[in-house]
Formats: sequence, structure tokens, C-alpha cells
Amino acid sequence: MPAPTGPALPLIGKSDTRPTWCPGCGDFGVVAAVEMAVKKLKIPSQDVVIVSGIGCSSNLPHFLSSYGFHAIHGRAIPVAEGVRWANHGLTVLATGGDGDGFGIGVGHFVHAMRRNVDLTYVTMDNQIYGLTTGQASPTSQLGQKTKSTPTGVIERPIDPISLALASGATYVARGFSGDVKQLADLVAGGIQHKGFAFVDVFSPCVTYNKINTFDFFRQRVYKLESAGHDPSDLVQAFARSIEWGDKIPIGLFYRVERPTYEDLEEVLTAGPLAHQPAGIRGDSAALLDEFV
Amino acid sequence: MSELTVCAGGQAGDGIASVGEAFARSFSRLGLHVFGMNAYQSVIRGGHVYYLARTSPERVYSQGDGVDLLYALDRATVEVHAPGVRPGGFVLFDPEKFAVTAADVPAGVTLLGVPTLEIARKYTTQSILQNAAGLGAIAFLAGIPLDLLHEVLSDSFGRKKGEIVDWNLGASRDGYEFARAHATPHPAAIRRAGPPKLLLTGNQAIALGAAAAGLKFLAQYPMTPASSIMHWLAEHSHSLGIVVKQAEDELAAINMAIGASFGGVRAMTATSGGGFSLMVEAFGMAGMTETPLVVVESQRAGPSTGLPTKTEQGDLNLMIGAGQGDFPRAIVAPTHPRDAFLLTKRAFELAEAWQTPVLVASDLHLSENHATVDREELDLSSVPTSLFSVEPNGHDYLRYQYTPTGVSPRSFPGQAGLQYVAGSDEHDEKGHLVSDVKSGLPKWVAERARMMEKRMHKLDGLVAQAPRPEFEGPADAPLTFVAWGSTVGAVRDAMRALAARGVATNLLHFPTVFPIDPAAVRAALGRTHRTLLVEANYTGQFGRLLRAETGAELPERLLKYDGEPFYPHEIVARALEMLNHGGK
Repeated sequence: MPAPTGPALPLIGKSDTRPTWCPGCGDFGVVAAVEMAVKKLKIPSQDVVIVSGIGCSSNLPHFLSSYGFHAIHGRAIPVAEGVRWANHGLTVLATGGDGDGFGIGVGHFVHAMRRNVDLTYVTMDNQIYGLTTGQASPTSQLGQKTKSTPTGVIERPIDPISLALASGATYVARGFSGDVKQLADLVAGGIQHKGFAFVDVFSPCVTYNKINTFDFFRQRVYKLESAGHDPSDLVQAFARSIEWGDKIPIGLFYRVERPTYEDLEEVLTAGPLAHQPAGIRGDSAALLDEFV
Repeated sequence: MSELTVCAGGQAGDGIASVGEAFARSFSRLGLHVFGMNAYQSVIRGGHVYYLARTSPERVYSQGDGVDLLYALDRATVEVHAPGVRPGGFVLFDPEKFAVTAADVPAGVTLLGVPTLEIARKYTTQSILQNAAGLGAIAFLAGIPLDLLHEVLSDSFGRKKGEIVDWNLGASRDGYEFARAHATPHPAAIRRAGPPKLLLTGNQAIALGAAAAGLKFLAQYPMTPASSIMHWLAEHSHSLGIVVKQAEDELAAINMAIGASFGGVRAMTATSGGGFSLMVEAFGMAGMTETPLVVVESQRAGPSTGLPTKTEQGDLNLMIGAGQGDFPRAIVAPTHPRDAFLLTKRAFELAEAWQTPVLVASDLHLSENHATVDREELDLSSVPTSLFSVEPNGHDYLRYQYTPTGVSPRSFPGQAGLQYVAGSDEHDEKGHLVSDVKSGLPKWVAERARMMEKRMHKLDGLVAQAPRPEFEGPADAPLTFVAWGSTVGAVRDAMRALAARGVATNLLHFPTVFPIDPAAVRAALGRTHRTLLVEANYTGQFGRLLRAETGAELPERLLKYDGEPFYPHEIVARALEMLNHGGK
């Protein structure tokens, strides 16, 4: 956990690069929420690393003043895990889209959750491939017509929330980029949470997805906290996760405390790896004795 | 050169590797050099497996060309290996299990039936104890003192004490005494030659070299023959302070290692050709983001799943070409565990100095087989320098600054004022994307070209700093072998065998297979009279690389692609044929 340090250290802000997303893109709300969340927690910008894959949303690290790693498609999570294990004094976020996380990278998503590595994964889920100009994604709804599915999607969509619950994520939330304030709270909660925090965000693509629009979600979303949902109850969380239709829940589905991977990896108990001495310590002659 | 080779053979599950390693370790403790080849198949039980332990007071670089003492746990071992037993040798078996007659073995070979099962039954109903009786009998024939064999056996049980250890010591004594009563030692029986040597596999040497270089993070997915790198480092993870992560797949493994390197530690991944094929995209990302990375690629016989437990040098094209686009890389190719230690250390230094991925090209023959190394050859004392060396310079910091060498100042997360985004997209000196709204605009067209040149310029530095090609043997020999990697071992042994027959040859080998200095290699080849390219693949991949880089043709080639390592006699035969009969 990064200790909030003195006010002399600069907090996160916008970088000198402006987002190149289409006007009205849901991702503007997400980058604003991430910035708000990190600022609110007063984590110095040099202690924050945002890792992404490839896709429109994966450009996000370029727009903030923290460290970033804009990796290849689908691999944000393993890169983020590597950063985190190299220096677990850092606050590490992974960001990306639904294709990146639930298509090409879904294996890493599942394994990161079961190992409860302490990072915060924010997906900008627009249920479409945007950067490649409009093909079906793993979360496109049944029947949706796209460039790659002109007669409609015939595969059931992945439900990221129930997948996360089943995979052992210890903080599972869903936000909406039309509600930046709540989203910032969910992201901040994820960063503060010790363990893998997953925040799936309805972040509409205004160019290629004419179904799951801002209006679509505004008419349907309701907040779990105002519906009496108990986020410590896994069964309730599963029940809420499969709600889809006229009413779609957003907010915190589930939270539980479990030891993180970093807690259980004995080498890391001596402090961040990057600050531990390198090279063979102690009795190197003894190390060679096993080969006699 | 006096030498002795022991072979133990049987089925998977018979404990052959342990028996063979006990011989190899007995020899190395007597100060002898050893090459130990563990030949196995992709099965857990059954099939045919064997271990060849070849020893000599002089360094042996390969499994050699014959067997002096054969311990056959099954009839198949007799059929496969007895024809290779040299005159004066022995074939040891248990007549209770199967019969062996004089017709099964070459002239001058002695059959020795040893009641190994009967000896085992004195102690336990577990038939595996027969191996201890066989070990004892072979030890007598080989000249291994019984007390030394007992030390080796006791140590192999580690901290385990009690009746299992006692049974093994007892049964090996009984086997030893049986042989003493029924035979005399082999004429080439060994004698102590000096202080104990270290016996280790190529993979253990790679792991040690990485640890000595300051490795702090290994991510790997199991794949033969690279897995034992992870096994050794996992076993020593706590004492060495190295995080060892078994990843969900090779894609994760290499991306984790890249993330860790970006995060401020020396990082590595290791795999074989199939796994490296999966890693290719991320390998390019390490090049593009200028993130130091060491990848061990231990080749096995391909294509596809191929022969998972057999060796080949068939992945060179893959390593040279891995990744879309051009980016700098280096490939080092150790020939022996001693080299594997040194070159793995070197790989880390090169990767860090030039901020780019470096491959350590091993193969099953080097990775999994044992060889001896002197303690002084493994320097574990060097303390790697800190990675943190860039001073903050505020807003002027350019992670990808154009420099004369192509190497730019590198900061790490946590360092204030030096934040940047490492991008797999093309980027400018600051790390900003030029792939979206800038690409194609005249200023950025020029910047892109300049950034490519900056990265690729690092190849010049790599050529200058990477280990150079080496000549071995008499300078003016009529025949020069050209080889790389583990194949060099059999070539060295073949050169010695040829020299013993009065035939001088030399060797040009390549500790760095890429990049090479074309002028230097042309000059080296210019000093040869005639060459023979020796490599373990179908198309002569290194020969093709040399031709591409230097224009030099190596028309005469000895290629092997049957999954087996080169045997010195194969190289000797070809050399003699060329020198006696071949015209230019």
C-alpha cells in the first residue's frame, strides 16, 4: 500500500496529451473518474502505474500524468502483475476494453482474480470493437448486428460480473460512465481494497454501438446500495449479476478480505523487490556445494 | 585419452536417471570430468530410457562413442546398447529377470549376472532396491571406492534417514562384493584425479548465471526441456530473494517478465520453441518499449509438438525472426554448462545495457545433460549494479531520447518527475503516441524514421559488446568446423579424436549467433582452407544466416535432425571422408 506522502509530491493530473476518442465517447467519463479517484486518495503520481492493452480505451494511460505501460492487445493484466510484483509499493491499475479483457485476454483475467493480486482493473465495456471499426465483442448482446455479424450475434455474451465472482475476485463492481461521481467512488474503493478489484464500466461507444447507448443505460440502471444489496453476500451478488433487461444494477456487487498474492509470496515480505539487493547473497560457496 | 563410459538402461519408472547420476557424481567427486546424458521419452512409465556417464581426467564435451560398462535393467537395454559395448567391457544383468548370452554381445565383452533382486529381497519387498545392488557391482568394475559410492548414495537421500538409506547402503555393498568375487575391474577403471568437481546441467548453470546477474523475477510456464530452470530457481527462491511465478501460459509469462523489468527488477522467462512461438508478440513489445528482457529458449525437436524429449537446433530461424517489424535483439548460444553460466550473465548485461530483449539459445542436449565445471569457473561474487541511475530533470525528461548509441535514460515507477508511458505503439522521444493522429504527417513521418534508426542503432553496440566468434585448435588446419551451441561439444571431442589419429582440424564457433560482425566473420572464414558446417537441423539454419549476413557460402554441411545429439564419430567420419577423398 502506498503511504500518502506530503503535499510536495504532485498528485495525478491530466498529461499534455488530449484524448483522441470520438466526441461523446463513454471513455471520457472513465478517465475523469480514474483521475478523481487517485487524486482523492492523494497517491503521488509517480507511485501510480496504469497499464493497458490495445483498443480505443487502452489509450487511457497516455492522458494522465502517472507512469503508464501501453502494452499489446490482451496483455494488460500480466504486464500489470509483473509491475506489481516488481514493486508492490506502487498503486497499479489495469485499464482496457471488453475485447481486450474478455476476448483475447480472458485467460489472464480469470487467473489474476484467483490469485488475488492487488491491482485494480477497470474495463470500459462498450460491447463492441471500436478501434477496428465495429465488430462483435464478447459482451455484444445476442442478435446484435455488427460488421462481422451482419445477421446478428449467435453466441451468448460473457457476463463479466458473474465471471469475476466465480473466479474469486475479492472486489467486484460495475459503474456507468454516465455517473462519473459514483464511478470514481467505485474505482477509489477498488484501489483501497487489498486484493484484485474489478470495476466493469458501461462506457458506450457512440459510433459503432447504436443499441447500448447512454440512453439505453440511463433508462435501466439502478444502484445496488439503494436496493438493499449486501455486498458481503456472494449468493446475492450472483443473483444481482445475472439481472439484465429493464433493470440493470450498478454499484458494488461483492467485497471480501482475503490474503493477496503479495501477502503470500514470501520473497515479497522483505519489501518491494525493486528495493531488495540483487545478486547472490550470503554463502555462495554453500550454494555450489549441492553440485558436488 | 583414457576414458570410461557407464550406461544404465531400463524403463521409465525404473530409477535409471538416479542410477546414472550416482555414477556421474561418483566420478566428479573423484575429480574427474564427466558428461552425463539422460535419454528419456515422453512417458512417465515404460518405454526405454538410459543414462550415459562418460568420464575422463580430461574434459569431455559429449556422451562419446561407446560404452564400457552396461547395466541392463531390462532385455531391451541389451538389444539397444550391447552392440556398442567396447572390447574389455562388461554387460551386467540379473539372470533372474532375463537371459543374456555371448551371442548378444560383441567379442571381448564379459557378461556378469548379478542377483540384484535376490540381494534386494534380503532387505525389502520393494524391487527398486535392485538398483543399489547393480550400482555397487558396476562401481567395483569402474573403480569407484565403495565408501565414496556410499557417500553419494547417502547424500542423494538428503535429510532422509533410517532403513531406506541403510537398505541402499547394504544392497550396494552386497553388489560390490559380488562383483569383487566374480570379476576384476575394467582395465580403464578410474582413479582419483583431484579435488571434487561440480556436476550440473545446462539449465542449472543458466539459473545460477541468472541469479548471479541479479535476476529477481522469473515467470515461466512448464515446458520440456526448459522446466528445470524454474524448478531450481523455485527451490532457491527464498534464499536468493527471487520471485518465481508459474504463469497461466507463455503469453502471461513473458508479459509478466516485461512488466517486472519495467517496474525495476531484472527479469527473465524461459521456454522451448512452442512456448516461444506464443511469446513472439510480446518479445517485439520488449524491443519496441526498450525494456530489457532475457528469454531462455531451450530447443527441442520440432516442428509443432515434435519430439518433446529429444534435441535439435531447429529454432534459430524463429529466434532470428521472432516479431513483426525490425527491432534489435541478441542471441547467445552456450556450448557447455560453464558457458551457460557465463553467457546467461552476459545476456543480462547486454539486455540492460542496450535496453532490448536478449535470447539465450539452449537445447535439450545442453539444458538437461550433466557436465563438470570447476568451482573457480562459476564466479558468484559479483554484485550487480543498481538499476536506478537516472537523475530527475523535471519536464525535460525524454524516456526515448535520441542519443548517439540509441540508448536513452531509463526511469522507474516510483521516481518522481520521470513519469512516462512505455508504448507498444510507435512513439516520440517523450513516449507520446505517433500512431494515431500524428502518423503520416510530414514531421511525424520523419520522426518515425528517426525513432526506428535510434532503436536499430543499438545493434551496432550489441555487435561490439557481445561475445565474438572464437577459433579453437591449430590455426592452419586443413579443415575448419563451423558450429554453434551444444553441437560444439561433439565437435570438440571429434577434433581430439582426429588429432589422436594425426589429423589436425580446428573450430570456428559462435557464442553470439546474432548479431554478428560480417567483416570479422568474413575475415575469420578467410583464414580457413575448407569448412564443414555442423548443426542439428534440417536446413542448415545457421549456415543460411551466415550467408545472409556475410555472403559466405559453407557448401559442405553435416546436418542432423533425428532428435539425437551429434556423436563425435559421426563428425570424425565425415572429416576423414572429406580430407581423404574430397576435392574442393
